[in-house]
Amino acid sequence: MDVGDDPGIPLLEVINLHAETGGVSILRGVDIKINPGEIHAIMGRNGSGKTTTANVIMGHPDFDVSDGEVKLNGEDLLALEPWERAREGVFLSFQYPQAIPGLQVGNFLRKTVSSIRGEEAAKGADFRKSLESAMETIGIPRNFLSRYVNDGFSGGEKKRFEILQLLLLKPNLVILDETDSGLDIDGIKTVAAGVNEAVREAGSGALIITHYSRILEHVKPDRVHVLIGGKIVKSGGPELANELEEHGYEGLEESLSEEAF
Amino acid sequence: MVPNGEAREAVGEYKAGWHDSEKSTIRFDFGLSEEVVRKISSLKNEPDWMTELRVKAYHHFIDRPMPTWGNTSMLESIDFDRICYYLRSSESTEKDWEDVPEEIRSTFDRLGIPEAEQKWLSGVTAQYESEAVYHSIREDLEEQGVIFLDMDSGLRNHPEIVKKWFCSVVPLTDNKFSALNTAVWSGGSFIYVPKGVHVEMPVQAYFRINAKNMGQFERTLIIADEGSSIHYVEGCTAPTYSTDSLHSAVVELIALPGSHIRYSTIQNWSANVYNLVTKRGIAHENAKIEWVDGNIGSKLTMKYPAVILKGEGSHAEVISVAYSGKGQHQDAGAKIHHLASNTTSKILSKSISNNGGRGSYRGLVSVSPKAENCKLNVVCDALILDEKSRSDTYPTMEVSNPTAHCEHEASVSKISDQQIFYLMSRGHSEEEALAMVVNGFFEPFTKELPMEYAVELNQLMALEMEGSIG
Repeated sequence: MDVGDDPGIPLLEVINLHAETGGVSILRGVDIKINPGEIHAIMGRNGSGKTTTANVIMGHPDFDVSDGEVKLNGEDLLALEPWERAREGVFLSFQYPQAIPGLQVGNFLRKTVSSIRGEEAAKGADFRKSLESAMETIGIPRNFLSRYVNDGFSGGEKKRFEILQLLLLKPNLVILDETDSGLDIDGIKTVAAGVNEAVREAGSGALIITHYSRILEHVKPDRVHVLIGGKIVKSGGPELANELEEHGYEGLEESLSEEAF
Repeated sequence: MVPNGEAREAVGEYKAGWHDSEKSTIRFDFGLSEEVVRKISSLKNEPDWMTELRVKAYHHFIDRPMPTWGNTSMLESIDFDRICYYLRSSESTEKDWEDVPEEIRSTFDRLGIPEAEQKWLSGVTAQYESEAVYHSIREDLEEQGVIFLDMDSGLRNHPEIVKKWFCSVVPLTDNKFSALNTAVWSGGSFIYVPKGVHVEMPVQAYFRINAKNMGQFERTLIIADEGSSIHYVEGCTAPTYSTDSLHSAVVELIALPGSHIRYSTIQNWSANVYNLVTKRGIAHENAKIEWVDGNIGSKLTMKYPAVILKGEGSHAEVISVAYSGKGQHQDAGAKIHHLASNTTSKILSKSISNNGGRGSYRGLVSVSPKAENCKLNVVCDALILDEKSRSDTYPTMEVSNPTAHCEHEASVSKISDQQIFYLMSRGHSEEEALAMVVNGFFEPFTKELPMEYAVELNQLMALEMEGSIG
């Protein structure tokens, strides 16, 4: 960020975040600052703490925050229950969305929009229209509404359903946890279009967690963070993603250890 | 995170637990004897054959030992001497809600019965303690010859039909509690649907116990003549008292060739009611009997809706859900006997145990040696919400014909933390999330109910989930 450019209060501030589960330390000091309108990416290998970062921001009860802070628009997010965070505008697109057998998609969406955006938003013709148009954007057929939430969905269907929720819920902070994995290129473009629309047009922010740089070609991140062993070891512009693509995490680790010596 | 902590204390969230002051026009003293049985019969001016049937049943009840299976310790704790076997609160059965005594009427108003009647029912009978206080049927159905009466009026007005079928499906020696019912029965429904008549909208019976230590013993007989159809719906509630009441009903269904009977129940007795019910139907050729049975309330329920597939090509379905909360034991299931060829049956049982509650599925499906090409399908799913709760499955299949095609699936699951977190991340509180998962689990059942009942059931379950989070 250029000196003198004052962005005001950051949308999301993660400061020195430490988290553990069952006594095992997973996050060992994560710092991220996302300003309104920005898209950030976290890249890292399996087990580096990417999903934990997302879960802790959303409030997963399996994780204990042992140190650090998470603020949304300057307010302490960690003090809130997960559903309160959702109502404050935090949305997590899950890596593994859960099946709820017997709960119809249509019914679930109405209840969810109602609880997050208010009853009025989930009523009548306006809701139906926004639902239909969102489904069309993402390429979800009508009969989807009578299926059960994520029950028997293919991998791709699950991811599309997460993005459908994203479009309907209009969150302030979008977190995508490997939403791109398991999607073909059309799916990735659809997801990217959804995120671009949600973030760039609405002035919210996004944190994209991914293994691959593929999705970042379609959602241009303002910042890219590399997470290794529960710490952000390097942050940079979009070029960092390309660098990783070329040299891999090993290359990065080598260059980092050279710097250290 | 999933409710394994604080117990839902007592039955605090039970919404139908209020009681009216007890104003009775006739109230018998506690306890049962042959004299009590004869008194009930003479009070009702019954024909001799019914009086004698009652007396015979009474002696069978006395001689018959308690069942040695099921929750025997709960059964043994029933004090038959501390129960009132007959209580009348209203002089007569009215056809107009305006004529029903005010206090009783307001109870049914609170339960939403008159409102439901106007909106979507073909007929209603409302029983309060031992007798029906209100009864009506849509005129067009009456004109088509449909008989829908409380059982006492049925016996008075159509003794020949009642005599022919009464105890024909559930003989008085069937079990201890059906014998008790046969001895002291009062109220219940009597329905006859003539040949080819389809009763499009459901008829409903609502049973309310108000008094303490009350015994309610309604008796229901439904006869669907050839090619006819009917959907009967019943609901029930009672006040929450610290002393126990006893509800022991007998329901007999006769589905004549090509007819269709669907019998739906939402049982929501308060947690001080023993609910020991015998429900059985006989399906003749190409007839279909469906039991849709929801058990949410009561202290102990023992109920296994049964179908005897007597005629070729007949079909049976028993779809049931049971919720067992603190101090509750729902011992429910189904029984189906394939006596004829090309008969088919389906059992779907869903049970939830929570807060130390206990759910049991007890089922029997049999195929007789002469019954060729029968198909039977049994699915039992149990959901256990915490460590203190318990679920057992006792399935029995007795298949004596090798051409039968049998399928049986059973599952026991727990709600995962991941499911609850997923729903919480979508703005739903932990309790709401739990209710969503639970209602989803019951969905295969609720979708079989009339919409109004489905909504009511979902609300009931949401209430049950309140405060069940640790």
